[in-house]
Amino acid sequence: MYVAVKGGERAIDNAHAWLAEERRGDPAVAELTTAQIREQLRLAVNRVMAEGSLYDLDLAALAIKQARGDLIEAVFLIRAYRTTLPRHGVSLPVETAQMAVTRRISATFKDAPGGQVLGPTFDYTHRLLDFTLEANGEAPVALRAPAMAAAVPHITSFLNRDGMIEEAPHDDTPPPDLTREPMELPASRATRLQAIARGDEGFILSMAYSTQRGYGRTHAFVGELRIGMVDVEMEVPELGFAICIGEIELTECETVNQFKGSRTEPPQFTRGYGLTFGQNERKSIAMSLVDRALRWKELGEDYTGAPAQDEEFVLMHADNVQATGFLEHIKLPHYVDFQSELELVRKLRAEVAASAMQEAAE
Amino acid sequence: MSSQATDTSERQNWMGLLARAKATQLAELMPDPLPDHSLLRAPEIGAVMVRGRAGATGAPFNLGEMTVTRCSLRLASGAVGHAVVQGRGRDHARRAAVVDALMQTGEAAGVRARVLEPLAAAEETARRDRAQKAAATKVEFFTMVRGEDK
Repeated sequence: MYVAVKGGERAIDNAHAWLAEERRGDPAVAELTTAQIREQLRLAVNRVMAEGSLYDLDLAALAIKQARGDLIEAVFLIRAYRTTLPRHGVSLPVETAQMAVTRRISATFKDAPGGQVLGPTFDYTHRLLDFTLEANGEAPVALRAPAMAAAVPHITSFLNRDGMIEEAPHDDTPPPDLTREPMELPASRATRLQAIARGDEGFILSMAYSTQRGYGRTHAFVGELRIGMVDVEMEVPELGFAICIGEIELTECETVNQFKGSRTEPPQFTRGYGLTFGQNERKSIAMSLVDRALRWKELGEDYTGAPAQDEEFVLMHADNVQATGFLEHIKLPHYVDFQSELELVRKLRAEVAASAMQEAAE
Repeated sequence: MSSQATDTSERQNWMGLLARAKATQLAELMPDPLPDHSLLRAPEIGAVMVRGRAGATGAPFNLGEMTVTRCSLRLASGAVGHAVVQGRGRDHARRAAVVDALMQTGEAAGVRARVLEPLAAAEETARRDRAQKAAATKVEFFTMVRGEDK
């Protein structure tokens, strides 16, 4: 049992005042604006939006500034803010086939119809520190080539034609929402995808990596990775039809996995799915591997006891706000709990000492 | 297509354009004072749960929320306008609802030319710019053992 403590108000106020000063850092250095964070630390902003589970670039930038760059603290701030917002509705499922792609690659099909587009990627960079960024240089300019924004079909749709890969048949079952009802286990795939999409990138990455190293191996290839802007549409009751309510950047990953077939299914490729807010490809690829590993039961595969196959293990430990809340609460005053522990240990020691005395006497 | 379906599709177009518009540009194109109106629903910031589909085409799941602001109002002429716009802009939502209402009045042609067309042009420019930068990074991968066709 946790027993609250009182007191220390002045010390707490002063600690917060010092925190604010430390946040600002050396006043001789120009203050960072949230617009600078939004524009120049966009991948941090994307991560906070994905794990905070709220798409709003400005709010995520503000949270990063307030949290002094501690991204889990920033996610916590976004989650807390989100609980104050009324829910205005639920969107229609986004049409990622209609995405205006800024990046689209396939590791499985060299000649993917629609072409391979590298986009603004760290891939193929040499990972050498660029000291010219320490100086204030001119704004770099991307090169351009003639193009019309046009939808690019999903690569899996080509494989589907031959029955070589499992279908993802159209289905309109309303998904459960773990922000509204507590998560139930065993979880539906919809619940798993929601939990992984807002889960900690580091945790999901490690779970995915563990499957590649052999703990629940699924032989994944990236069938397609695409990043780009997608319209979000919602039915508006007053209007009686759906309207576009904005556009968001998404990263989508579809893996193509080996599958030797089962009693009911012929040998064919199976799929894992990842979708995240913003340009966020490490998370999206990792999500698709973990999604696929968790589908073992549905696909009639063996449970090998691998952590990434254990739905409860993955889903109950993926959320970094829950994890950090429970982890960090043990540093807060537990004086009464500890007092009772002290008394218990003293009593046990006294009993041991007494029985030793008695044995010695006998 | 029936005229009602055409009307709906046109209204969907402008409402989407207004939802995606930059609030600053909309404010420049629709400066104060706004036409007289009464609020049916004051601008209200909230969240919409965004859904995706497993495997892009399968069963829906909840991806996460986005911020939106909604507003409904009535012009002195009686025309009712609605807006649901992206982000936390109360002013953005109010202006979008005013435009939606005006587009159902005799002023539609003027509003289209003065507000909607510049918004559409800005959006088109931004989209073309992104598409052109993407096109410049289009690659052809060659497998090394394959002889190239002459």
